This record gives sequence, structure tokens and C-alpha cells, in this order.
Amino acid sequence: MSASMKLPEAVRAELPANVTYAGWAAFWVGVVLVALGYLIDPTRASFENVIGYLLVVSIAVGAIFLLALEYIAGAVWSVPMRRVTEFVAGLTPLVPLAAIPALFHLHDLFHWTHTEAVASDPLLIAKEPYLNLPFFTGRFVAFSALWILFYWLFTRHSLKQDTTRDQKYTTYNVRLAAAFLPVFGVTLTFNAIDWGMSLEPHWFSTIYGVYFFSGTVLAAVATVTYIVVRLHEAGMLPNIKRDQLYSLGAMLFAFVNFWAYIAFSQFLLIWYANLPEETFWFLHRWQNGWEYVSILLIILHFAVPYLVLLPQEAKMNPRRLKFMAIWILVAHIVDLYWLVMPTYSKTPVLDWSTFGWPLLVAGLVVSMLSYKMKRHSLVPVGDPKLERGVQFRI
Amino acid sequence: MSTSSPLYAITALFDSPDAVLHAAEETAKAGYTKFDVHTPYPVHGMDHAMRLKTSRIGIFAFVFGSLGVLSAVALITWVALHEYPLVIGGKPFWAWPAFVPVSFELTVLLASVLSTVTMIVFYFKFPNNAHPLHDTPYMKAVSSDKFGIAIQANDPKFDEKSVREFLKSVHGSAIEPVAYDVEDLDHGQQLLDARFLAVLAVVMFVVASGTYFTLNYAMYLPPFDFMMEQNKLKAQKPSELFRDGKGMRPPVEGTIARGFIPYAFHGKADEAGKMLVNPLLATAPVIDRGKAKYLTFCSPCHGNFGAGDSRLRGQFPNPPTLNSDKVRNWSDGSIFHVITDGQNVMPSYASQISRDDRWAIVHYIRVLQRAQNAKEADLR
Repeated sequence: MSASMKLPEAVRAELPANVTYAGWAAFWVGVVLVALGYLIDPTRASFENVIGYLLVVSIAVGAIFLLALEYIAGAVWSVPMRRVTEFVAGLTPLVPLAAIPALFHLHDLFHWTHTEAVASDPLLIAKEPYLNLPFFTGRFVAFSALWILFYWLFTRHSLKQDTTRDQKYTTYNVRLAAAFLPVFGVTLTFNAIDWGMSLEPHWFSTIYGVYFFSGTVLAAVATVTYIVVRLHEAGMLPNIKRDQLYSLGAMLFAFVNFWAYIAFSQFLLIWYANLPEETFWFLHRWQNGWEYVSILLIILHFAVPYLVLLPQEAKMNPRRLKFMAIWILVAHIVDLYWLVMPTYSKTPVLDWSTFGWPLLVAGLVVSMLSYKMKRHSLVPVGDPKLERGVQFRI
Repeated sequence: MSTSSPLYAITALFDSPDAVLHAAEETAKAGYTKFDVHTPYPVHGMDHAMRLKTSRIGIFAFVFGSLGVLSAVALITWVALHEYPLVIGGKPFWAWPAFVPVSFELTVLLASVLSTVTMIVFYFKFPNNAHPLHDTPYMKAVSSDKFGIAIQANDPKFDEKSVREFLKSVHGSAIEPVAYDVEDLDHGQQLLDARFLAVLAVVMFVVASGTYFTLNYAMYLPPFDFMMEQNKLKAQKPSELFRDGKGMRPPVEGTIARGFIPYAFHGKADEAGKMLVNPLLATAPVIDRGKAKYLTFCSPCHGNFGAGDSRLRGQFPNPPTLNSDKVRNWSDGSIFHVITDGQNVMPSYASQISRDDRWAIVHYIRVLQRAQNAKEADLR
């Protein structure tokens, strides 16, 4: 059957104008909301900024992780849709920008920046070699630089292959993936510790990095899944069949379970040991209305996606996948909200200001996609694994 | 191949997974429904090519998995709330987070094991353990390096000649008929076959004796005995470390246990009766203490009310009643002495009941005696 098959050709499709406009509109509405938030209540806005920053990190850096995963595992199913992942990873150069407003409000965000409080606190004195402003900023710069570097190298090789059709770029990227994965593990973990865990500098959980990682992969896979299904429905990704969609659905399902496993592991150990220096973090999230957010998180992030994605048929049904991708992205935002906001407020806060960053990021993803699709082929035509990827069957 | 046995299927071999995938597509397209594909390893896309419906085993797995989680929760709930409530780590009896790992494991266990059993029973038609394709050249080929299709004779469209031609048209080689083995045609109950039962018995014997040997002997052979053969003293065992050869060391001469008070009246009942005075006052807490100790240590023989009428009566020389005039007229010291030193068949309780508790018991015995011999004034 391979002989009769025509090799896929480059696809230059543009997003419909109204989609692009909607993307820009969402982006600018988000920017206005964020700016208003900073004018009215800078402290709250900076906490919401942390949610927004972690959201961009999880989508963009998670997408680089998916790229690396494809190369290191020699996966073929994801090759026909790899460009979508690359376009989503195109957010990476903007990741540091998302943190810049918050960098001017570190004193509002982080208790460990209060020198007078640290001076009288033995725990914070002990953590001072790690939690200090120069090192924190240095890590932020270094992590951002590493992510941008790897993004740039991955996509450069992939795009060059479109014209040269040279197999050596695949080899380069396989090596690059082997180098990136440990870097990814370390940078993502410490980034999560810096921006998430250190909001409550007395608290510690060794699984926190893995917890954030599970959400990161989910966010990236959900974003890619949604875009792939939409483009497929619009006829722009003709090479995608139910078999490739099934693999995306299986990834979503697997990481929904992984997230629940990690989240519960973190809870179980702290609940069992019952040490006051660990339990207060969960107690905050079980008081003053936060308990409803906690329960909502279990339902949103695990129970519903688990049951909906459980049947085999569901994992390749485009309509259901599209719906669950958005669902999981919302759940991920609620997860970040649940991680960050209890430090800011005793009770859950929800109004227009909460939606600023999610709107901004959603608009950014659409705009980035529109921008990239105008410039590059939607199909990596030079990839030697493309043909096998198109013919992939489960 | 005897002509008398009915035809099971016509088989054909292919050289590559692509070829068999293509042939399977064509077979399904030609309208055959009862056919099967055999490959040495899973071939991607085969379900689709054969136009198979989604397997229903997933539904079974879901039901069994749900059964697993429900039975785990039910079992733990029953144990933790009803049968054996224990406080563990200060948690509530029904500490659900602790149950999650167990429930998860049982879910996975039941879902996987029972799905496999279901597959064996429904799809492999257990207890049928024979298949016409067994021991054929076709099966030999497809289990090493060939790929095969078998179109079954019970297919509604089956016609030997046209099937042969069809298989040739999709480039199949070694097109052969496979007949039912006459011996296997009887798909009746084979579980009670003597040979099968004999094999089963042998397997049971081997497994049971193997397990027994492993658990009782093999585990204590070198090098697994390293934990048993330690250089340490064992209670009640001799040791070469000491000159007297005893592992257990007696305390240094003259050692006295903490709180030990020497008893000066061993074997001197009369003196004890005269000289000893109850050091405790007959207060309510003391009498309660005496009652508790009496019910634990004394009542098994003397009865709950000191009448010497316990359920052990008759099994050995009857214990005397404590309400007799003789005992009532004893001094506290005499009663204390009997508890401490023993009397006739009654052993000494000095090592089981502390000195103060023995005195408290004496008070309680006085309570029992008074209750049995109440005066008019007591009743008023």
C-alpha cells in the first residue's frame, strides 16, 4: 500500500480572519484587564500574574517537552501534527515577558523577600542561600534562556528539514531531545518551586515539581489536541486520522490519571504524617470556602475527564476530544488558582480580574498560531518519519 | 487429512505484514465475516482492516474494576468500623485516604484477572481446549515468520472453490484446507477427563510441596539464614560466651527489683496475721481497685461474690467460701498472707498482684463478707 500512497505535501493554510481577530481581541481584552488589575490592586494582580506566568510556562515549555518526547521515543504518530506543537512552543520567547510585571512586585508576592521577617525566622535564614533575590532572578533568567535556546534549536532544525529534506536534522533533534529532557526536568521543577512553592516559604513538598510537571504536560497536550482537532475539522490537516487522535486522547487520559496519582500522593503523605509544618498548606485549602475549590478541582481535573475519556471510542471522537481539551485547560487554570491564590486571600476571590490572564494567554495562543501558519507549512514535509506517521494505525 | 472429518477453514500464508493487512482488507471487502488473521506479532491497523467491532472486553473490565473498588471499600469499612475498630495514628476509624491505595490495587487486580478469565471463558470457549488450527503447518508458519488468513467454513459466503480462488487473487501462498480433528470434534466436557485430573493432581502436589518446602526449609538454608544465625544471646538458650554456658544472665547477687519490698513472713502465717496491718484506708477508689483485681485474679476460683462457687468448681479441690465465719474472723494480715504466700493448692499471687493491690483486695473481700452477712442496721 505504501507504493500507491502519495507523499503529503506542504500545507500553507491561514486561519479564518474572524478567528485571528477573535484571538487578538481576547489578547487585548486580557491585557486591559491585567493592566486594570495592576492599577486597582497591585498585590492581587501580581498573584494573578503568577497564575498567568505558570500557565504560559506550562503550555509553551510543555510543548517543547512534547517535541523532545517525539524525537527521543522515535514516535511516528505525532509527526503529521508536529508543526502544531512547534507553533504552540512558539510562545516560549514570550514566557519571560509574562513574568516581568510580577518581577516588579516580588515584595508583595514573596514573604522571603522581607529581610526583617527573614532575620528573625530560623527556617527562612536556613533557606536564604536559595531564596534570595539575586539567585531567584538569576534562575529566572537562566531558565528562560535555556527554554528559548532549546525551542529555537528544535524548530530551526525542523524547519530547515522542510526544504533540505535532510535526515541529519532528525538526528540533531534526537540528540537535542536527549540533552533537553534532563534540563527540562530540573528547570521546570525549580521554576515551580520558585514561583509556586516559595509563595509559602515555610512549606515544602518534595513532589511539588512533579505535580506541576503533570499539569504542564496536560496543558500542552490539551492545547495541541484542541488546535489539531479544529484544524482537522477545517480540513487543514488532512493526514490526521482517528488513529493519531486516539494517541492524543490516550495522552490526555494518561496524564489525567498521572495528575490525580501525584496530587493524591502529595496529599496522602502529608495527611498521614500529620506534621504541623506540612499540613497547614492543605488546611488553608480546606477552610473559608477554599474547600469548595478543592472539591471542584478533584471533579474538574480528575473525575469528569477520567470517566469521559475512559471508553476507547471517546479517545478518537473529535467532538469529545475538542470538548475535553478545553475542559482540561480550564481545570489546569483552576489548579494553578488553587496553588497560588490561597496565599493571597483567606477566601476564594473571583471577579473580572481573575479572567485577565486566561484571556490574554488564550488570545496569545491563537495569535501565535495565526502568525506561524502564515510563515510555515503545517506539515513537516521533509521529515523522514512523515510517511509512517501518516500511515500510523492503532 | 481424512475426508470424513468436516472442513474448518481454508488458510493462506503471506510474507509481510503489509501483504496480510491488504489481504485482510480485501477479505472483509469481499463480504466474508468469519475469518481470522494470525501474525507472529501485533500488526497495527488490523482491527480496522478486518472491520472488527470494538471489543466488549472493556465493558467487562469496567464492571470488574468497579466491583474491585466497591469490594475494597466494603471490606475496609466493615473491618474498620465494625469488626476490628482500631485507632491508627490518631486518625478517625473510617480514614478514607488510607484506603485509596488498597482500593486502587484491588480495582486493578479484579479488572485484570477477571477480564482475563472472561476472555478465556467467552472467547476461547473454556473448557474447550482444542482448536482445529493447533498442530497444523499453518500455525507453525504464522507463529514464526509468516502471516496468515483463515477463512472459516461456517461463513455464510463460504464456498471452497471460490475461497481458494479469492485467496489466490490476493497473492496468498500455501493455500490449504484445515479440517477438524475428529478426536477434538467432541467439544464436550473434558474437565473430568482422567488424564486432565491426573495432571491437575500432580500440579497441585508439586505446587503445594514446593511451597511448603520453600516456606519451611529453603528459606532457612544458607545463604538465606543470615538473619537466624546472628551472634547474639538468645533467651533460654545456652551460650558458649560465658564460662557457665548459660545464655541468660542471672542478676548480680543482692540485686533488688525496683519497688520491691521484702516480705518477712514467708511460711509464718500466724505471725503475719498478728503483725500485719492493712496500710490502705477503705476508700471508694481503693475498694474499686480491689474489686477490679479481685474479679481478675480471685473470682475464677472463689466466685464473683466470694462464695467459692465459680464455674471451675468440681475440677479440683473446691476453693473455700470467703464468707465463712473462719475467714470473717481472720485478721486482714492473715488474708494478705494467704494471697502472698498461697495455701494448700492455692499458689502465691505475689508476682502477679502488687502489694498495694493485694491490700485493696483484702478490703474488697471485707465488703463481700459484710454484704453476705448484713445486719439489720446495714439495711436501713
